[in-house]
Amino acid sequence: MKFTDNRPIYKQIIDHFCDQIINGKWSEEERIPSVRDIAVKMEVNPNTAIRAFHELQENGILYNQRGVGYFVAENALDKVLELKRKEFIDQELPCFFRTMKQLGFTCSELEELYKKQHE
Amino acid sequence: MISINNLEFAFKKKKPLFTGLSWKLDMGRTYGLFGLNGSGKTTLLNHISGMLFPADGECLINGTPSRNRIPASLSELFILPEQFDLPSINARDYVALHAPFYPKFNPEQFRETMIQFEVNSDDPLTELSYGQRKKFLISFGLACNTGVLLMDEPTNGLDIPSKSQFRKIMAASSSDERCTVISTHQVRDLESMIDQITVLDNGRIIFNRSLEEITQRLHFKTVRDDEAVSGKLYGEEILGGEAVVSGHNADTKPTEIDLELLFNAIIRETEAINRQFETEARA
Repeated sequence: MKFTDNRPIYKQIIDHFCDQIINGKWSEEERIPSVRDIAVKMEVNPNTAIRAFHELQENGILYNQRGVGYFVAENALDKVLELKRKEFIDQELPCFFRTMKQLGFTCSELEELYKKQHE
Repeated sequence: MISINNLEFAFKKKKPLFTGLSWKLDMGRTYGLFGLNGSGKTTLLNHISGMLFPADGECLINGTPSRNRIPASLSELFILPEQFDLPSINARDYVALHAPFYPKFNPEQFRETMIQFEVNSDDPLTELSYGQRKKFLISFGLACNTGVLLMDEPTNGLDIPSKSQFRKIMAASSSDERCTVISTHQVRDLESMIDQITVLDNGRIIFNRSLEEITQRLHFKTVRDDEAVSGKLYGEEILGGEAVVSGHNADTKPTEIDLELLFNAIIRETEAINRQFETEARA
């Protein structure tokens, strides 16, 4: 994995986990790879990896069964989507709207383009 | 735990290197030891391992001075020097001779790491390339499972795929019972493996913080020429703008640490950077 953008590595690991849940690769109540497995795969210090696990646990997306490992929580998909939608509105849309304005795009033009691409 | 207290040392009487250096290291952490050439990194590692003796002050590993070189301490310490000589025997014989000194040596782990690094155990060590010998020594050192692991420029001489292998191997072998110190200039090779950044300058520790603290207190950003930055601490000109280290404020989101930029900022603006860590931690 390449850590290119300007977010802390543990945030990028969180994004990766969320993607796994959104894409259905990890389903609810499924056991996910261990902290160590993730650290090795992503070539990061396990202390960094564990921060990602902890944050997702605090958000109720993962839960830890002592001595067994981490599992995807019930309703994790809904929670991830909620989190990601909020992130999209807060972080990506302002940037996108700014560019739209700069280039003089209207919402209806955008709607047409969207339809064209998704037909 | 390693604790270095008021270490004093000089190679030449008139030019002291360490004049009262102190540093505490905890188990379960990986320290990145950074510094300009000649700042004393290797000399410091050699004090921790007991290869050099302080003129004054002490270096303790779990309470025992490392200069005493007692077997019980030495069996819990491995140092991978930047320059090393190996005898003209093969890896297997080397392990048979040296592993008995390390009670926690794990032969299976050694074998696996050698396979991952694709180093042959049958060839005499002297016939291997520098990179292969280094990979052998890394495999051996990790398999010794010592409480203290010191590595001086471990990725120097490693080929491109081996650097990624090295990170995987380090991640897999990290343990709560081990304190690892990696001294390096190859920031990009190892930054994801480190969880504490220590900077040595002119024989003094001028910065020693965890990555977690750094992401809370400092902000790394690239700005365009016309953009204003609040709380700027250090900046470097880049094409079309500036790479900036600034203090954190309420509305900035945590950013990834730009280790090269941070290092330069620490060397040039030592006080301004350290001041960011003095105030109460934000909730």
